[in-house]
Amino acid sequence: MKIAVCVKQVPDTWAEKKLSDSDNTLDRASVEAVMNELDEYAVEEALLISEANDGEVVAVSMGPERAEETVRKALQMGADSGIHIHDESLKGSDALATSLVLAEVLKDRGFDLIIFGSESTDARMSVVPAMVAERLGRPQLTFANKVDVDGGTVKIQRLTDYGYDEVEGASPAVVSVVEKINEPRYPSFKGIMAAKKKPIETVALAESGIDAGQVGLGAAWSEVASAAPRPPKAAGVKIDDEGAGGSKIAEFLSEQKFI
Amino acid sequence: MSEVLVLVETADGAVKKVSLELLTLARGIGQPAAVVAEAGIDPASLAEYGAETIYVAEAAELNNYVVGPKVDLLAQLVAEKSPAAVLIPSTAEGKEIAGRLAVRANSGVITDAVAIAADGTATQSIFGGSIIVESKVSTGTPIITVRPNSSPAEPAPAAGTVVPVQVELSDGSTAAKVTNRVVAEQGGRPELAEAAVVVSGGRGVGGEDGFGVIEALADSLGAAVGASRAATDAGWYPHQYQVGQTGKTVSPNLYIANGISGAIQHRAGMQTSKTIVVVNKDPEAPIFELADFGVVGDLFSVVPQLTDEIKTRQG
Repeated sequence: MKIAVCVKQVPDTWAEKKLSDSDNTLDRASVEAVMNELDEYAVEEALLISEANDGEVVAVSMGPERAEETVRKALQMGADSGIHIHDESLKGSDALATSLVLAEVLKDRGFDLIIFGSESTDARMSVVPAMVAERLGRPQLTFANKVDVDGGTVKIQRLTDYGYDEVEGASPAVVSVVEKINEPRYPSFKGIMAAKKKPIETVALAESGIDAGQVGLGAAWSEVASAAPRPPKAAGVKIDDEGAGGSKIAEFLSEQKFI
Repeated sequence: MSEVLVLVETADGAVKKVSLELLTLARGIGQPAAVVAEAGIDPASLAEYGAETIYVAEAAELNNYVVGPKVDLLAQLVAEKSPAAVLIPSTAEGKEIAGRLAVRANSGVITDAVAIAADGTATQSIFGGSIIVESKVSTGTPIITVRPNSSPAEPAPAAGTVVPVQVELSDGSTAAKVTNRVVAEQGGRPELAEAAVVVSGGRGVGGEDGFGVIEALADSLGAAVGASRAATDAGWYPHQYQVGQTGKTVSPNLYIANGISGAIQHRAGMQTSKTIVVVNKDPEAPIFELADFGVVGDLFSVVPQLTDEIKTRQG
């Protein structure tokens, strides 16, 4: 069983993020970069499935030069090898372009499963896994909080607004996992040492068969007209509770017609 | 005037409020047309809120597979009707439908909009609500997902002509089959993502038992219950109620944050709430920066008093 796990390098979840002045793309240089938190669950799930099925895990990331650190982190956790899709022309790619590149690079490599985290903490669109499934014409098994591989059938529990759906599809399938599906392992010292020798293949855009005109900021299917900090909120009322705090809130809610 | 397609979201056979909000919003862009992907839905409310046309597809496949058949339906309508835009509720599934439709229709997609101008320019609030972005789809048919509670639902009776649609299923769209649906106990409360009022608890709630006062306040207001990551990580409240990055994003009319400090992690999920009330012991807690009304005090005395007062006022 051959599993691709897609990982993204993002600004630290707990950091304040900003846009660069020049082109309104995320200023990735100014903040500490980490593996997208939800992708750690994806790597762990890939490793668990691989361990149970005598498989192989390939960590895949599209991103600037330093995104190789994130591929390396997945290798430290236990992935066998990596693919780093890196090309200057990819900067500013939107979800449509990202899904196009991932689908093209992954489609002919014989993967049985392609696993993602269910969202990235920077863009937060949660659409790339669905788009990759669409482009590949394969089962979309997204928002999984449980994954079972049974021969050629992949079954998941898909979290919904009202509970969960049981969903199944034939491999190769595209899976995304939610937080708490497992407990991601920390890289061990041995894992860190071993990762140094694991291969990372760098793929440039030309090798993927995609024209540079289809990706990057210039090819984005939507454009940002303006971006500005949210106007500061007018200062609200702040009182100390001197025994009537609850009643004071009730008065406020009543004035605002909530009760 | 071109049509604006609105994908109708339902729950238990009834039209959800967000669909009426989207029909209201659609009137500003073109002629609203509702798209219903389910049998047995009463079209009356859709007509009442401005749908000139109601496209109804009743094939059972629409709801037996993950997302794909609904993408087929919308792609088919986009090709036939060349609408000015397609509006979809910004739920997890709505965003997936939008994303796949964008691939299919070779069109741009904008998710999590909180407003849309007449020319299709969408307003988004990103990075935890700290930045306001105005953007516009530049290729194909604009496909925009809109957050629930972003704008009011206002009636404007229209013809509501029902037009049956036969959906042609594509190969890949039936690849992921739904074999069972499990509905979790909601305790009779509204869905978190769509609720008009959300009452949340965080670290200050102190434990699983502490959520009793949070739930009591929520029930007095007909609200959904949310929790900060500190509370869900500690196992005090189920993970699916987590508000924030890696959890749910909510944008209710009223958000009451109790014992939540307001780390960026949490603010990202609730900052666009219209009115924010805060109860916290720590006067320096950053959540107070967002508060329209804040009380510095112990939530275990303030919240029960508030709940009692609400019950008294509501008689």
